[in-house]
Amino acid sequence: MSALISEQQGRVLTLTLNRPEARNALNNSLLTGLADALEAAAGDPGVGAVVITGQPRFFAAGADLREMASRGLADTLNDPRPLIWQRLDNFPKPLIAAVNGYALGAGCELVLLCDLVIAGDNASFGLPEITLGLMPGAGGTQRLIRTVGKALASRMVLSGEAISAARAQEAGLVAEVHPAALTLEYAQRLAAKIAGHAPLALQAAKQSLRQSQESGLALGLKQERTLFTLLAATDDRREGIAAFLEKRSPNFTGR
Amino acid sequence: MENLIVCDVQQGVMTLTLNRPERLNSFNDAMHRQLAGFLTQAERDDSIRCLLITGAGRGFCAGQDLNDRNVDPAGDAPDLGYSVEAFYNPLVRRLARLPKPVIAAVNGVAAGAGATLALGCDMVIAARSASFVMAFSKLGLIPDCGGTWFLPRVAGRARAMGLALTGGKLSAEQAAEWGMIWQLVEDADLHDTSIAQARHFATQPTYGLGLIKQALLAAEHNTLDQQLDVERDYQRLAGRSADYREGVAAFLAKRTPQFRGK
Repeated sequence: MSALISEQQGRVLTLTLNRPEARNALNNSLLTGLADALEAAAGDPGVGAVVITGQPRFFAAGADLREMASRGLADTLNDPRPLIWQRLDNFPKPLIAAVNGYALGAGCELVLLCDLVIAGDNASFGLPEITLGLMPGAGGTQRLIRTVGKALASRMVLSGEAISAARAQEAGLVAEVHPAALTLEYAQRLAAKIAGHAPLALQAAKQSLRQSQESGLALGLKQERTLFTLLAATDDRREGIAAFLEKRSPNFTGR
Repeated sequence: MENLIVCDVQQGVMTLTLNRPERLNSFNDAMHRQLAGFLTQAERDDSIRCLLITGAGRGFCAGQDLNDRNVDPAGDAPDLGYSVEAFYNPLVRRLARLPKPVIAAVNGVAAGAGATLALGCDMVIAARSASFVMAFSKLGLIPDCGGTWFLPRVAGRARAMGLALTGGKLSAEQAAEWGMIWQLVEDADLHDTSIAQARHFATQPTYGLGLIKQALLAAEHNTLDQQLDVERDYQRLAGRSADYREGVAAFLAKRTPQFRGK
């Protein structure tokens, strides 16, 4: 059985982390497989959005500690992982995490990298790296604090304690909480809705949302306006507005 | 090891008997640990479809065993929060989350955490001679083991306040009259009635019963809008269960359904 199962339904690609024997620990090979799959999806006009999910009782319970233990300072300095994470982060289309059970350490960092998180009521999120004498190394300290604010981010990173799905929703880490047995289905439904919108508009909107994390408000507003203007040159914008005015569903072409 | 909890599994029912009759089945740490072990079994074993909790001897449960509490008036204050955090809270949480009915057969006095434990079960059947004693306030404590949450919900705020503040004794009869428990039975009938009810539950659509229980508990903190979403989601899940198909098929064929709990 492959460690990453890939299934497509309509315009939604679902990638399922499938290393149950290791509680979906994200080793280099699995992360690379994920990056490869996302890059293929980025170039595939038939894919409008991607859902990443795991197993019923764990999304991903961290990095592969055996792999990590074997790396000293020199190896860690030249670790290929940051580049793999960079590849994941470069995915230009909407990326949705459907999380049941534990999303810990690298698993939580993968969730934070996604645009949108749908959680099961049994989900928990945490960065327990500190309890192992290390710290988050793939965006955990950076994306979490931008998502939930200083108080909760510091509490989670410094204590290593996980939070529940309900708490994660209150804090803004999770968009929706559902009964665990429906998490994936509802995430795919939302993904299908998103994937039905104009691809270039989605890409521009995602880019603009991402840029808000990088720049100040004035620059962000300027960049937003540039992207907004760019869309004025697309067929899909004309189609979208025309369909709305004519009270019919739009037929987007991705141009 | 001493059997502080007697466990008996038959016909889909796990009966847990609190078993320190000489101490009115009051809790100590060892008893909590044994109970937790059986709860794990009840959680994992799908063939167990109902949990029945009762007490050995003349009492149901007298709450925390104060003999374990050697409070030295001159020494440091004890940390009662520890036993609540380590034992009572996990117990209440696990019983609430258990996706199958939990019946308390209250055979005699239920005091302190014993009373709040019983009242927090999904269904309470009490013997006529049983009583519920909110003993906490008389020692300067608050009702734990879910007491402050369950009491106003089963008794209403006015009665909950009265019971908790006075620490008074509530007869099973009064509890039944106030609608705080499901059923009052004669002492001699308690065993048979509660076993029969538990065995009946064990033949019913357990998955659906678990969803009902979760939905009612969720309703305690949800708005109507949120709860309507819960109903939609749980009904969606229930509709996919084998037992629902079996129930409809049996109804249409005018035969008795054979539920498997899934």
